[in-house]
Amino acid sequence: MTAPLVEARRLTKRFGDLTAVDEVDFEVHPGEAFGFLGPNGAGKSSTMRMIAAVSPVTSGHLRVMGLDPAADGPEIRGRLGVVPQEENLDEELSVYENLLIYGRYFGLPKKLIDERIGELLHFAQLQERRHSKVEPLSGGMKRRLVIARGLINQPEMLILDEPTTGLDPQARHLLWDRLYRLKQQGVTLIITTHYMDEAEQLCDRLVIMDKGRIVAEGSPRALIEQHSTREVLELRFPVGTQEEMVARVEGLAQRAEILPDRVLLYSDDADETAGVLAARGVVPESTVSRRSTLEDVFLRLTGRSLIE
Amino acid sequence: MAAPPALRVVEYGARVYRRTWRGSVISTFLNPVLYLLAMGVGLGKLVDEGGGSADLALPYLTFLAPGLLAATAMQTAAGDASYPVMAGIKWRKTFHAALATPLGVRDLVFGHLGWVTIRVTFVSVVYAAIMTAFGATSPLEGLLAVPPALLTGAAFAAAVTAYTARLKDETGLSTLFRFGIVPLFLFSGTFFPITQLPDWIEWAAYGTPLFHGVSLCRGLALEIPFEVDPWVSVAYLLAWVAAGTWLALRFMRRRLVL
Ligand SMILES: Nc1ncnc2c1ncn2[C@@H]1O[C@H](COP(=O)(O)OP(=O)(O)OP(=O)(O)O)[C@@H](O)[C@H]1O
Ligand SMILES: [Mg+2]
Repeated sequence: MTAPLVEARRLTKRFGDLTAVDEVDFEVHPGEAFGFLGPNGAGKSSTMRMIAAVSPVTSGHLRVMGLDPAADGPEIRGRLGVVPQEENLDEELSVYENLLIYGRYFGLPKKLIDERIGELLHFAQLQERRHSKVEPLSGGMKRRLVIARGLINQPEMLILDEPTTGLDPQARHLLWDRLYRLKQQGVTLIITTHYMDEAEQLCDRLVIMDKGRIVAEGSPRALIEQHSTREVLELRFPVGTQEEMVARVEGLAQRAEILPDRVLLYSDDADETAGVLAARGVVPESTVSRRSTLEDVFLRLTGRSLIE
Repeated sequence: MAAPPALRVVEYGARVYRRTWRGSVISTFLNPVLYLLAMGVGLGKLVDEGGGSADLALPYLTFLAPGLLAATAMQTAAGDASYPVMAGIKWRKTFHAALATPLGVRDLVFGHLGWVTIRVTFVSVVYAAIMTAFGATSPLEGLLAVPPALLTGAAFAAAVTAYTARLKDETGLSTLFRFGIVPLFLFSGTFFPITQLPDWIEWAAYGTPLFHGVSLCRGLALEIPFEVDPWVSVAYLLAWVAAGTWLALRFMRRRLVL
């Protein structure tokens, strides 16, 4: 097997007394799409920023493309692409100028940058916006421009911190498609997200983070198999009656999760569970039967929801 | 061969300027004209015909112009080292974007200071030309005043960058101009010799970098004695450049590398 592109052992990041990343271990291999899934404040961005060699490691071991970020920051950054969580385009400048300047920061000659800008604008579907200022662009366009900017140096690995947060479904799907194409070209992707569907769609392998720690690791499917049942029955009861009903569904499923607004029953056949429920005379206001998702895995492991 | 990293930041400044120069062209060309007209010609008439001529021994316009060149260099440098730096750190976060590339904080700071110094050079040369056009000095005298103006600009660029890197928000920037730059502009010997001031302000004025910039500009451009030993002024301004740069590096690193 080839050497990992990113290798972290007991990787830790502290801000004063706060431990944002707490002794995490993971490896990212060439060509894979690797995800960090977790709620707000889990430490995803802090981890990304250490990998991108912009934030110093507090303790532990980190190698990126075989290099040490503390010693070889500029070289690592030169071979990476970064799409940060917070927008930092130069809004005074045009789409073209943003890409040109970024390319120059990488020390690329203008002629080469110009060639790449043509391709990248096509890739990001921003050809018509080449000379417009960045400021009035829509959120989705800006996001695509940041991704294009992150590709100006033809990176071996692209780090995306919540690439689709705040986008409408159509814009998200367009982005997913672009990321999928990159992956097919052999670019390694590291993605953070709050969205389990995004993680399921994009990631070959992922870790789930919570409070600075990695609580689970594996492919989306393996995680679900390992930590959840095949199916889930979601029940909603009329306001005020949930507590009383909970007592009556006990023992019906392999596991039950009681949330403030609904009850989740985990079983391998949700419809069968629904049948038993009806036979017992429990009539919820509404029921939904569905497949297990990463959300259920997270709920199982932490007792909390991913999106808070 | 790729350009040294700091030069790429200078190039960035130039590209942004190419987009935004229209906004600053008024202050670059019009301000010197207005000041030299109002103060040099208008007020100067009063000074030269009144008792002032006894103290000055040269036309007020001629006395004023080189000092105003130093003061303009200060204002240009302070302007370019404050709001754009705040934007890079906080509003637009363009510094953070740059630090995700092979550039480091050192490249960013040196590149930024380099660009501000180029801007100050440009503004100073324009200024010297206008002051020559007014007949305040000869072209050669005007040019002689440019290098000390640059040094003054560099001192303020570094110090103000360091100051801005520590600010939480922009209120500190208006404080800087209201209580720093404007009083310096008025009381550092630009408009009148500081010996006219009460003793304690006079002593304070000796400590300001602008006073030394004014003294150098005036002494080099005009055939009058320097107000203090020029080498002391040069050394003092260089010390500001060095200390300001060192602090700017330190504070920017603390602010940007988290
Ligand atoms: N520069 C900083 N200074 C102090 N604390 C910080 C800093 N950056 C992050 N933190 C803290 O570290 C913790 C982890 O933050 P981080 O941004 O890594 O989380 P995240 O998983 O990316 O969250 P989100 O989903 O909201 O983006 C949080 O408690 C955050 O407040
Ligand atoms: Mg984050």
